[in-house]
Amino acid sequence: MTATQSLNTDHENVDPLDSIDLDAVKKLTAEQLDAFGAEMDAIRQRIIGQLGDEDADYIRKVVKYQRGFEVAGRALFYVPPAWPLAVVALSVSKILDNMEIGHNVMHGQYDWMGDPGLNSRMYDWDNVCPGEQWKYSHNYIHHTFTNILGKDRDIGYGILRMDEDQKWHPYYLGNPVYAVLLMVFFEWGVAMHDLEVENLVAGKRTLEDNKPIYPGLLRKIRRQALKDYVLFPALTGPLFPLTFAGNVTANLIRNVWAFNIIFCGHFPAGVATFSEEECENESRGHWYYRQLLGSANITGSKLLHLMSGNLSHQIEHHLFPDLPARRYPEISTEVKEICERYGVTYNAGPLGKQLLSVAKKICKMALPPSKALA
Amino acid sequence: MTTTAPLGRIGQGLLRSRIVAALASPHGVDRYLEIVNPMWAAAEVRARVVYVRRETHGADTAPVATLTLQPTATWRGHRAGQYVQVGVDLPGSAKRMTRCFSISSAASAPGEQITLTIRSHNEGQVSKFLVEHAQPGQMLHLSQAQGEFTYDESAATPTNNHLLFITGGSGITPAMSMVRTLLRDGYDGKAGRKVTFLHYARSVEDQIFADELAEIAEADNDVTVHLRHGDHVFSEFELRRLVPAYRDTDTWACGPAGLMELIASAFDGSPKLRTEFFKISTAAASGSAEGDVVFARSGEQSANMGATLLEQAEALGLKPEFGCRMGICFSCTTRKTEGTVRNVRTGVESSLPDEDIQICISTAVGSCSIQL
Repeated sequence: MTATQSLNTDHENVDPLDSIDLDAVKKLTAEQLDAFGAEMDAIRQRIIGQLGDEDADYIRKVVKYQRGFEVAGRALFYVPPAWPLAVVALSVSKILDNMEIGHNVMHGQYDWMGDPGLNSRMYDWDNVCPGEQWKYSHNYIHHTFTNILGKDRDIGYGILRMDEDQKWHPYYLGNPVYAVLLMVFFEWGVAMHDLEVENLVAGKRTLEDNKPIYPGLLRKIRRQALKDYVLFPALTGPLFPLTFAGNVTANLIRNVWAFNIIFCGHFPAGVATFSEEECENESRGHWYYRQLLGSANITGSKLLHLMSGNLSHQIEHHLFPDLPARRYPEISTEVKEICERYGVTYNAGPLGKQLLSVAKKICKMALPPSKALA
Repeated sequence: MTTTAPLGRIGQGLLRSRIVAALASPHGVDRYLEIVNPMWAAAEVRARVVYVRRETHGADTAPVATLTLQPTATWRGHRAGQYVQVGVDLPGSAKRMTRCFSISSAASAPGEQITLTIRSHNEGQVSKFLVEHAQPGQMLHLSQAQGEFTYDESAATPTNNHLLFITGGSGITPAMSMVRTLLRDGYDGKAGRKVTFLHYARSVEDQIFADELAEIAEADNDVTVHLRHGDHVFSEFELRRLVPAYRDTDTWACGPAGLMELIASAFDGSPKLRTEFFKISTAAASGSAEGDVVFARSGEQSANMGATLLEQAEALGLKPEFGCRMGICFSCTTRKTEGTVRNVRTGVESSLPDEDIQICISTAVGSCSIQL
C-alpha cells in the first residue's frame, strides 16, 4: 500500500506521495485510534514530567543570542562597509525572535516556568502582527481545526488554493503570483489574516466584526514601523537611507524564510486534509491522527531546526503544540516508531524537496481540476 | 547606602524614557538590561541576596532565616508593615514560584537594602528554598512593596497614642518592621507613649528575634515585650489585663488563622484593629457548597466542593496558572462566564457575567462556569 511507504526509501523520478490516494491513508479503526492516542498521551505525560532546568536554560540561551544579534545588527549600521553583516545579524535576530522564541513562547511552551518574560500571555514578537491576535487564529483556530477544510483558515490563508477540495475559480489562476506576494509581505499577511478578508468577501463576516481588531493592529504596526523605519535609521544620522534599507531587507529576509518554512509544514504532497463530517465528535486519538497526517517535516541540520523554530518538526509540533520545541527532535524518534507500527505515513523530506513539492502544488492548484487525476 | 543605579539618576531617567521604550519595543528595556546585568532594571524590581542569617536553631522546629536583600534601583522603598512578592526560579524544576513575605527591616528608602525573615514550611517550596538553600548572590524577583497593614505616622509629627502589636509565629515580621522603624526614628518612650508587643511562639527555641526582643525589652524605652510560648493561647482575659483599653488602642495583629479569629472576636469589630493574614483559611469561607463548577475550555466539571476554584480545578487535574495563592498577584486571573462567586478574603459575592476573577480566592456560590 502506497500509504505505508516510507519517504526515506530511495525515491525515483516520481515521488510516491504525489500520486497517493489521500483517502486511503485514513484507515485506522476506532480502537486503533484510541490506542494510538494513548501512546501519544504517554509521550506527552513523560515529557511534561521531565521539563526543567535544561529547557529553561535552552530558551534563555536562545533569547540571549537573539538579543545579541539584534544589538549587533543595530550597531553595525553605524559602519557602512559592514552593512551586509548588519542585515544578516538583524535578519537572524528577527527570525529567532519570531520562530524559535516568539512562536513557541506564545504557544505557552514555556508557561510552566512562570517567567513573565517567557509567558504566552505577555510575550509579543518583533513582527507587525499583534501576538494577541495571532494567538487566537493560530493557537486556537489553526491548531484545533488543523487541515479541516472550511474551518482551518491556514489552508491557503484565504488567498490561495492549496487543496483539491477547495473549489476552483478563475481567480486562482493567479495562485503562484499570490504566493510570491504573500512571501514578500509575509508579516503583513499574517497581520491581516485576522481580518478574515475571505470571509468578508463571502459575506460570512462584516466590517463591524473587525472593528475590535483595528486598535491593537494599528498600535502594533505603528510601533514596529516607528522602530524599524524611523527611529533606528534616524539614530544613524546621515546613514538614515542605508539603515532604513537595511531594516527593510532584514524584514524581507525574515518574511521569505518564515513563509518557506511554514509552507513546508502543511502543503507538501502527501499531506491530508479532512472534511468537517470526518471530524464530527472526534476522539482524542483521531485528533492526534489528523495532526499527524496533516503535517510534514523538514529533515536537516540542527541549525535548520533552530532557525525554523523547530517547525521543521511540524508533525511533533502539531501533536504537542505546547511542549517546548527543543524536545521535538527526541520525540520524533518515538513518533516515527509508532507510525511504523500503525502503518501510518510520516511525511518528512529535506527542505529543497519539500519546497519543490509545495511549489508544484501551488502551480497545480492554479489550474482547474483535470478529470485524469485519480 | 549602596546604590545600584548603573548610570545614576540621569541614566535611570533615560532608561525609562519613551524613546528608549520605543526602541526596545515590543520586548521592553528590561528584557535587554537583564541579559547584561541582572541588577540593571528600568521598571522591574529584582534583588540580590547579600547575607543570610539563621534565626532559630531548634532541632525539631522549622528553621527560620533572615535574608538581607539589595534591590535594584527601581525599588521604591517600603512603609513599615508592608510585604513584597518574591519570585524564585527554583533549581531543577526551573519553575518560578512567587510568594508574599512581610519585610522585617525598618521602613526603607528607594534602592535601600531590606530584610525578609522567613520560616521554612515543609510544604512551601519557596520558603524552604529561601531559608535552606539561598546563598549570597542568589537573584530574586520582587514586586514593589504592597499592603496597607502599615505604621504610617511621620517621625516629624509623632502622636502620643499607645501602640499594640499582637503576633503569632512568623507573623511577627511586619510588627518587627514597625517597632524597628519607631526605634530607628527616635522613639525612646520619653514622650510618654507606650508600646506593647505581645507575641505567641510555639517554643523558646522557635522564638524569632529572641535576642533583639530581649534587648528592646531591657532598654529604657517604654516598649513592653510579652512573649508567650507553647500551649499558652491568646485570651481576651489576658489581653484585658495587659492593655485594659485595648479596643481603643491602635492595634496591629498578624498571625495564623486560629489566633486571628480569637483576636477578631476579642476586638468585636473595633476599627482600631488592623489585621494581616498570611494564610487564607478556606475553612472560614461559608460558601454554600452545592451546584456544579464547569471548566468550560477543558470540558471538565465537578460538583462544587466549596473549595476555591483553583483547588477544584487542580483536583480535576487541570493546571491553571497561579502565583501567590492568596489573592495578591493576579497570576491566576481567569474569566468567569456565569454564576456567582464569593471572594473568601473579603466575603464579597459577585454575579456579574464575564468578569475576571482570582480563582485562588474565589469559591463558587452554587453553579458557575469558568474559562479554564
